[in-house]
Formats: sequence, structure tokens, C-alpha cells
Amino acid sequence: MHEMGIANSILDGVAKELRQRPGSRAVKVGVRIGELAGVDPDALSFAFEALTLDTPLAGLVLDVEYRAPRSRCRDCSREFEVRNFELLCPGCGGVNAECISGDEMEFAYLEVEEDEPCAAGRKSSE
Amino acid sequence: MNRVPLEGKVLNENARVAAELRERFREHRVLVVNLISSPGSGKTTLLEKTLESFSAAERVSVLTGDLQTENDANRLKRYGFPVKQITTGGTCHLDARMIEKHIADWDLDKLDLLIVENVGNLVCPSSYDLGEAAKIVLLSVTEGEDKPLKYPSIFFKSELMVLTKTDLLPYVPFDAALAIENARRVHAEMEVVRVSCLTGHGMQDWLNWLEQRKHAFLAGLPETVA
Ligand SMILES: Nc1nc2c(ncn2[C@@H]2O[C@H](COP(=O)(O)OP(=O)(O)OP(=O)(O)O)[C@@H](O)[C@H]2O)c(=O)[nH]1
Ligand SMILES: [Mg+2]
Ligand SMILES: [Zn+2]
Repeated sequence: MHEMGIANSILDGVAKELRQRPGSRAVKVGVRIGELAGVDPDALSFAFEALTLDTPLAGLVLDVEYRAPRSRCRDCSREFEVRNFELLCPGCGGVNAECISGDEMEFAYLEVEEDEPCAAGRKSSE
Repeated sequence: MNRVPLEGKVLNENARVAAELRERFREHRVLVVNLISSPGSGKTTLLEKTLESFSAAERVSVLTGDLQTENDANRLKRYGFPVKQITTGGTCHLDARMIEKHIADWDLDKLDLLIVENVGNLVCPSSYDLGEAAKIVLLSVTEGEDKPLKYPSIFFKSELMVLTKTDLLPYVPFDAALAIENARRVHAEMEVVRVSCLTGHGMQDWLNWLEQRKHAFLAGLPETVA
């Protein structure tokens, strides 16, 4: 269950971003995870919920974009998405392709809401 | 509502430490390999046979990771080379910090090769870069030839697949050619050696691979300035 560690790192990333944005509340965090990253989607959601429960980040939504691996055909250079490791090239029909991506585990975005504008915030916007 | 872009890797702290380690290993010219497999595929046995085959002059050391017990380290210490156990106490993989901590009192200039045996687990260790030059996946012939497709992550990231326990091939319905084909579907460039630690068959292929990898590693380093 290394998803616990991964969920923890996602939350670290959120906390770091929030420190740059005082007065903001995180609503949703987006990450991109390749199918070759070795991460189980259900285990990750479970870990994420368990770690945020009863914390200031409770309710924070985790949006995971699971990405299929991509291959490049060595005969015709076409790049295509791989399903079930079928390496058949849609360009030339060859089977001489190599996987070029699919193990990524990256941050994508953070959705934040401004808290009730505080006195300091109001002053600076006037 | 305001959406702001976030950048960087999720495991960026591990990536940072791993990059530092990789730089140190390059500087001190130490080839580091990271052995990964399911529990019981034969990592420690392969290391026992490997250390046994080395002359006392070989500048090799081993880090071996397990959830619990010092058993693997005790098995490996018999050969006289430096061996340290990393007991993770429940964590299902090694991470870069653990490596950093456990090599702290080793003089890297006295080493040419560091072999890391990861915790027995075919999934989790693949997510954690340890600063190694190469990941190596072991698959024993009793595990089934579909494993590269079921656990593609580690096969994608490994340079070499060691097919272990080949002495058992007569007793199990395992199609080695299909296993290799499956591994190469995930990773077209996958190199393969077949080894039986029981009979010694294929051991020399494995040792040759290590030796060649060491040369390739050194050849890839910038010339040391005199
Ligand atoms: N028949 C046969 N058995 C083997 C071979 N290599 C290892 N074994 C047996 O497989 C079992 C597990 O081997 P280990 O070397 O402990 O496996 P491991 O991958 O280090 O296991 P963990 O560290 O617990 O994940 C032992 O009983 C070994 O004797 C082999 O080549 N042939
Ligand atoms: Mg072992
Ligand atoms: Zn093509």
C-alpha cells in the first residue's frame, strides 16, 4: 500500500501551494498518473480520504487523470495510445513499437476558494 | 473558484534525494542496481550465488530491504563483503532516504558495485527511484507468464529481466518464450537472462551482464580530470 505515501505527497504539495496563498481554501487537486506508474486508483482514493479526514483539508476532492501509455512505432514514427499492450501500429500495421510514456505521476492543478475576505484583504483591494 | 496550475512530480522529495544519490554514485564511480521482484522469487539466493562467485578483491556491497528480520543480511554476510539490512518496519518499498541513511558511513571510493535488494513486492518499489543506474526485475518460473502484463510498471522500468528458478521448468507449465514476449510488449528493449541458482545454469550470463553493465556505466561517465 504505497498509495498512502503517494497521497501524503499530494497533500504536501497542496499544503505548500496554500502557504503561497494565505486566505485560500483548497477545494480540489488534480494529478496525472500513468497506468505504468504502479498506482492503484481505489487504494489512492481510500488513502487520500483517510489522510484528510478530520483535518482542515477534509472534503478536498482528488481528481486523478489516469493516462494510458503511449507508444512510438519504430517503422513509421507514429505515436499512439496503447491499450492492453497491443503494439499494433495504427499507422502502418507493424508491431515494432516501443512504449515512450505512461509512468508519470505529476501534479496538474489546484482549485482554491478565497475565504471570506478578511480585513487586510479588503484594505489592499481598495 | 480559481484553478491554478501545479507543477512537479508528486514524489518530488524522493526524486530530489534520488537525484543527489545518483550524482554521488556517478562521482564515486559506483554502479548501483536495484533488484525488484515478488516475495520469494529468489533475489537473496541470486545474491548469495553472486557474492560466492566473486573474488575477495571485488569491491561490492549489498543493501537488502525487508519489512522485518535481518535474515537476508545474515545470509549474505557470510561471503565477507559489506552487507546492511534495511528493515522498513512495514513500508512495502525502499525509498531514496533509506539508501542515503544506510550508506552514510560507507566510503564510496572503495566500491565499484552496490547491489540493492528491494522489499519483496512487484508493485510499490517501482515508484521509488533510489538513484540506481538500473532496475532489474526477477520473475520466477512459478509465477506465471502473464505477470509482465499484470504488473507492467516494474517491467516498463527495468533494463533486465532475470528469469529465475529455471530448474523448475520441467515441473511447471510455464512458457518462457511467452513470458519474454509479454515483458517486451511492455518494454521493447528488455534484456533477459535465465538463471537457476540450484544448478548454476545461466549464472555466467548474469555475471556477464553485470560486468558489461559496469563497463557501460563507466563509459557513460565524464572523463575524470587529472
Ligand atoms: N528450485 C529453485 N529454488 C530456488 C531458486 N532460487 C531460489 N529458490 C528458493 O526460493 C525461495 C525464496 O528464495 P529467496 O532468495 O529467499 O527469495 P527473495 O526474493 O529474496 O525473497 P524475499 O526477500 O522474501 O522477497 C527459497 O526457498 C529458495 O531456496 C532456484 O533457482 N531454483
Ligand atoms: Mg530476500
Ligand atoms: Zn507504424
